[in-house]
Amino acid sequence: MTMVMAVPAGTSIWRIIIGSAIVLVILAILPRLVDPYQTVLLTYGLIMAIAALGFNLLLGYTGLLSFGHSAYFGAGAYLVAFIMRDFGAHSMELCIVGGMLGTLIIAAIFGFVCVRHTRIFFGILTLALSQVLWSLAFKFFWVTGGTDGIRVPYANLTLLGGLVDFKGAGSFQRFIYAYYYYVLALFAVSTIIIWVIAHSPFGKALQAIRDNETRARFVGISVRRYRWIAFMISGTFTGLAGILWVPLNGLTTPDILYWPFSGEIVFMTVLGGFRSFTGPIVGAMAFNYLKTYAIASTEYWQLLLGVVLVILVMALPVGIVGTTTRLAAKLGRSTK
Amino acid sequence: MTIFVIQVLNSFFYAAVLFLIAAGLSLIYGVMRIVNLAHGSLYALGAYVSAWIVGSAVGRAVEGNFGLAGVLLLLPLGAIAVAAVGALIEPTLLRPLYRRSEEYHLLVTFGLLMILEDVMKLLFGRTPLSAGAIMDQMGSIPVGRLIYPTYNLFVVAVGIAAAIGLWAFIYRTKFGVILRATSQDRRMAAALGINVSRVYVQAFAIGCFMAGLGGAVVVPAQAAVLGLGIEVLILAFVVVVIGGLGSLQGALVGALIVAFVRTAGIQFFPEIELAVLYLIAAAVLLVRPTGLFGRA
Amino acid sequence: MTLLETVNLKKYFGDTRAVDDVNLTIAEGEFISMVGPNGAGKTSLCNVISAQLNPDSGKIIFKGRDVTHSSVIERVQAGIARSFQLVNLFDDLTAFDNVALVIFSRDRKIRNMAALADRDREVAIEADTILDQFGLASKRNEPARGLAQGERKLLDVALAYALRPKLLFLDEPTSGVSTREKDKIMDIIASVVRGEGITAAIIEHDMDVVFKYSSRIVVMHQGAILAQGTPDAIRSNDDVAMILLGSSGPDAFSRKE
Repeated sequence: MTMVMAVPAGTSIWRIIIGSAIVLVILAILPRLVDPYQTVLLTYGLIMAIAALGFNLLLGYTGLLSFGHSAYFGAGAYLVAFIMRDFGAHSMELCIVGGMLGTLIIAAIFGFVCVRHTRIFFGILTLALSQVLWSLAFKFFWVTGGTDGIRVPYANLTLLGGLVDFKGAGSFQRFIYAYYYYVLALFAVSTIIIWVIAHSPFGKALQAIRDNETRARFVGISVRRYRWIAFMISGTFTGLAGILWVPLNGLTTPDILYWPFSGEIVFMTVLGGFRSFTGPIVGAMAFNYLKTYAIASTEYWQLLLGVVLVILVMALPVGIVGTTTRLAAKLGRSTK
Repeated sequence: MTIFVIQVLNSFFYAAVLFLIAAGLSLIYGVMRIVNLAHGSLYALGAYVSAWIVGSAVGRAVEGNFGLAGVLLLLPLGAIAVAAVGALIEPTLLRPLYRRSEEYHLLVTFGLLMILEDVMKLLFGRTPLSAGAIMDQMGSIPVGRLIYPTYNLFVVAVGIAAAIGLWAFIYRTKFGVILRATSQDRRMAAALGINVSRVYVQAFAIGCFMAGLGGAVVVPAQAAVLGLGIEVLILAFVVVVIGGLGSLQGALVGALIVAFVRTAGIQFFPEIELAVLYLIAAAVLLVRPTGLFGRA
Repeated sequence: MTLLETVNLKKYFGDTRAVDDVNLTIAEGEFISMVGPNGAGKTSLCNVISAQLNPDSGKIIFKGRDVTHSSVIERVQAGIARSFQLVNLFDDLTAFDNVALVIFSRDRKIRNMAALADRDREVAIEADTILDQFGLASKRNEPARGLAQGERKLLDVALAYALRPKLLFLDEPTSGVSTREKDKIMDIIASVVRGEGITAAIIEHDMDVVFKYSSRIVVMHQGAILAQGTPDAIRSNDDVAMILLGSSGPDAFSRKE
């Protein structure tokens, strides 16, 4: 399948900019219209959207299915926890920089190892390596808190280099709103960066590697090196998502390093449609709501999600965005 | 010295169970090129079903009339149930996806994993289910100044029997030839008149049977709990990565290696024993991706 | 001037001598055809020259430099490009993107993550020009997967050509297309190649095509060069006729109507 564009090919960049701006404005207004709980939910959605966007650079664009991205999400989260607990830092910016650097290093090491293979062996390798991290977090409980994890209280956090803090009365409300806009801004920046990368000559090279590794080599592309770079970028952005996630969750545990969480990241990307740029964003937000309401409505929410995934794979492999685009195209043709 | 012997026996016990699971996983991959992420959950299902049957009224009646031997014969029912589930899954969920790329297999079997985990929760509840009575009944044998459960030795025997049986089945029967032919070249096999669809569903059912049997024999020693399948799947992967995806010998050797490393690990370096295992898997994948005995 | 020279090149697969002590010279500006029955070693020779395979022994000298042990990418950068018998395209990219990508790679722009590929006017103009040269302009925005077989073969060659190589090695560029299309495809390839003065080596089975376009024909058999020469010389070579057609004589190569 070609990379489906939510906007048809040839759409001018202005339409994309205006469309995105509208979406951004809507997202900015929403907290004023909905209650704090919904705002928190939306924040989680945006965070997972960043994770999925990062993940999809590897899957949709480079053709590599990683079943170990929980490693970077979790690494980001734990690094924030360590930075705040062991270095006494309060600045979110410091956590972001430190966390992303750490995640980049881990992604570089793991990626170097993993891109020597493709397909099934690549997937299993990513899985095995993420489990290494999980087992370390699980067993070294005197460092990582084991299954209890490490607390990351929002009250200790400052945003914008100390300009915004969350002490005193009403701080939780303030935190929710401030943090939402903080995440929204980072989401916007991340989306722009990944969009540019995906549509750059480098991004085209990744797609070429995805489509035909042999020919890519024969037109002068260093396949392994480019896969490695894509892996690092992908892991770092998923790491950013983990970094942003932990202050909101207040706690990091080995669960986010455990391999089924990697499966969730894959799930949400496929749900939205991994063959489009916006698919992962839509999928992450949809999955976030799906999971939240599933958990709220039934004890057997995993069953529900499992059934959704199976139906998705069998009937709607192009995901939400892919399916809507196809339907829109059909409607467009039939009205001509 | 005694402790050493016990650790060795434990390793063999553990290896037997791992072998059953890994052999099933490898068989399925070898014949159909499918990596079944729900394989561990099928093992857990086997454990649950067996424990449930043994603990049920039927089980107690059998025990009353036929004693220990009867109950032991009930255990494989769990495996048969899992095989039946497998025979249902393959044509409905997997067959439509053969034409598609491997990524889709991973996705659909992951969905299956989620479904199975909750089905087990639904059917068997949150409390662990065990068949520990069997283990107690079989007593123990003395090893030096210590004693060792006889049941564990029974499991080792089952593992050995399964290895021999599977080997004979694959290399000495007509169906085994058909299986091997189909795994090597499915189009050619079809061209020769082999009903590939039927071979696939049978191979899948056998693989599921092995996983279920693993669960069935382990449950007297180790209770069935939620999340068991998810945990075990990774270990099964480590086994087949080391031994080689698609190889029976590989599953055996891999199971032994993993079991011994794990036992030694728990004894001498417990914090990183799991990490070491995963790193070994990663190392093997790097140096020899097809594993010790696997083909490309 | 000699562009490519292979010296005692050998590639064996066990007992099979795919490339058996081949000494091939290609001069600049030549348009040579490599012919021979199936299994003669034409594609293996192409694979060794393009670095898809490593030779067991012997040397490959390109533009005076020994490139025998260079990698695929190094050989591409040195100026050797090849097309594939079984079409190798970037199926989910448009025809335009396929060509543009090659240009980006060639001009070392491929590492650029910070600019939009579609905004590069230079590359776009060149890509469109190449598509036009190969008669594919109308399929510019079509994913490569959706092109007809003849168009796919042409695009495959266009990708190799877009590298602006010194030596273009084409592996059966007209195989798998109808006879009518063959002429059309070869006309396009020949006009592009001649127009730019590119040295080309083409593996081909269709003798009419071979006689019409080649300046020199190299006949291979069982891994070795059986004969080489001008079309006239080859046409009257009975040994060659025997090997290729199973019969010889003055009319051996004429197309039976």
